[in-house]
Amino acid sequence: MNPENTRELLINMGPHHPATHGVLRLVLEVEGEVIRKCIPHIGYLHRGVEKLAEDLTYVQALPITDRLDYLSSMVNNVGFCLAVEKLLGIDVPERAKFIRTMMAEMARICSHLVWIATHALDIGAMTVFLYAMRDREKLLELFEMVTGARLTVSYPRIGGVRCDVNEQFLEELYKFVDEFPKKVEEYETLIDQNRIWLKRTKGVGVISAEEAINWGLTGPTLRGSGVYYDVRKFFPYDAYDKVEFDVPLGKNGDVYDRYKCRMLEFRQSAKIIKQCIEKLPDGAILSENSPRIRMPASPLKIDKKDIQFEIFIEDKTIEEFIKKFTDVYASVESPRGELGYYIVCDDSAKPYRMRVRAPSFVHVGVLPRLCEGSLIADVIANIGSIDIVLGECDR
Amino acid sequence: MKPIEIVEKVKEKFPKEVLWFRCFREECDITVNKEKIKEILSYLKSSPALEFDYLIDLTAVDYLGFREPRFDVIYILMSIKHRHRIRINAQVPEQGCCIQTVSDLWATAQWFEREVFDMFGIVFNGHPDLRRILLPEDWIGFPLRKDYPVGSELGDKEWETFKELKNMAKGWKEDES
Repeated sequence: MNPENTRELLINMGPHHPATHGVLRLVLEVEGEVIRKCIPHIGYLHRGVEKLAEDLTYVQALPITDRLDYLSSMVNNVGFCLAVEKLLGIDVPERAKFIRTMMAEMARICSHLVWIATHALDIGAMTVFLYAMRDREKLLELFEMVTGARLTVSYPRIGGVRCDVNEQFLEELYKFVDEFPKKVEEYETLIDQNRIWLKRTKGVGVISAEEAINWGLTGPTLRGSGVYYDVRKFFPYDAYDKVEFDVPLGKNGDVYDRYKCRMLEFRQSAKIIKQCIEKLPDGAILSENSPRIRMPASPLKIDKKDIQFEIFIEDKTIEEFIKKFTDVYASVESPRGELGYYIVCDDSAKPYRMRVRAPSFVHVGVLPRLCEGSLIADVIANIGSIDIVLGECDR
Repeated sequence: MKPIEIVEKVKEKFPKEVLWFRCFREECDITVNKEKIKEILSYLKSSPALEFDYLIDLTAVDYLGFREPRFDVIYILMSIKHRHRIRINAQVPEQGCCIQTVSDLWATAQWFEREVFDMFGIVFNGHPDLRRILLPEDWIGFPLRKDYPVGSELGDKEWETFKELKNMAKGWKEDES
């Protein structure tokens, strides 16, 4: 072709685009079909959660964590509760720990179902969408049975959970997870051998293990590249050290391996829920020293003896400063990756600073690396495979 | 490796830079001067006994009225091989509000640093693309600073585009009536 006839084209993809899973805007500089440059623009859903939390008490801040990742709000709540429990030194009763683990895995299945539904739909497999939504409905009904809400549950409390689960719920859930692996096979028969699916996912959006670590990827997106890192195994929380499960790993780090990882996680989640139901101990569901809804104004009861410190400079005011501010970092394995809460406490009932380490934010950051040099059609496959929720990305 | 041993290693290597350390609930943070932050972090990353190859989070905290220098930039590091974590806090004053970038050590720092710049106004020297990330480009002020109000009574400091929108809406209402 005559080079005078070719020119670079700027394509604006989003913020209202069905395949961007929310309000993500990508500016693509293309040369024919090939992407030369990809610039993501985020922030359309920014609600200032971190700033708002500074003006609310710890108990009041819990419901706004639902709104971060609305597809798996349970895991968000658990993460926040874990951080505050670590800060206040609250021991969670055993039964509450198992219920939380069970619920978190239900949320993982729910979230992965939405992922497979939309990811497959974007690439062109319509049927999976209907199958996955059918099964998700069942889980949402189970959520509603216990918590009264389908999506934004606000179910865990600082020091336990809000209300107990009953026999009927456990029976229905057991029946669901018993049948669930078969349903996963059903999805796989639809796409796993599909030639179009394989062509559009294998060898697309490849990222090596070193690069994945360097870019800070977490969750199935990292494990697709074959890196063994799972918060549930590395820094166990709740009842994850009392249940048996494997962490599926990929090999090539392409869209297909990330897909495969999540498909295997479905089965592991079902396995964890089964064990939780079988091992569920009796007892209290809320710790005795859990804070009430009306939190005491101040000061909070943090045992300052736990703080160990040493100062190497001569400054009298520093000791006072160290004793005033305590900070903790707690993280959970959300369906998307490592979700961390970093809380700085100044002894009042409100967090001095609450920071949310959102996996989606990091994953959108890697999009230019995945997309540049590939075709426009692969952008869709890439967005689907990193599994982002913009509510969490923008906070 | 236990967090306290990591602290000792860093202290041994950079005796002048470490100001204090603090341990709470089996987590340690080391507060350091900002001048040599890059050397400290690249030492943590490359030293075989530590091998912090993973930057979990990079954020900042504003201690307005409690301490001078005002800001802390916080690096949360983890090693996948050794399974340990550590926090490094670098002090940044309000005057000359800048620190060296670490985006060449960890690519993930690029977006984290942009966010800290957006929310706190801390400039990262050497960053390849330091722009606002969550807020619009013409936004005034840095929302996560403690002297920025939570409520929306900003008056004249309101975001220009929002003011325009409000005026337009007023016009539409008048048209209706």
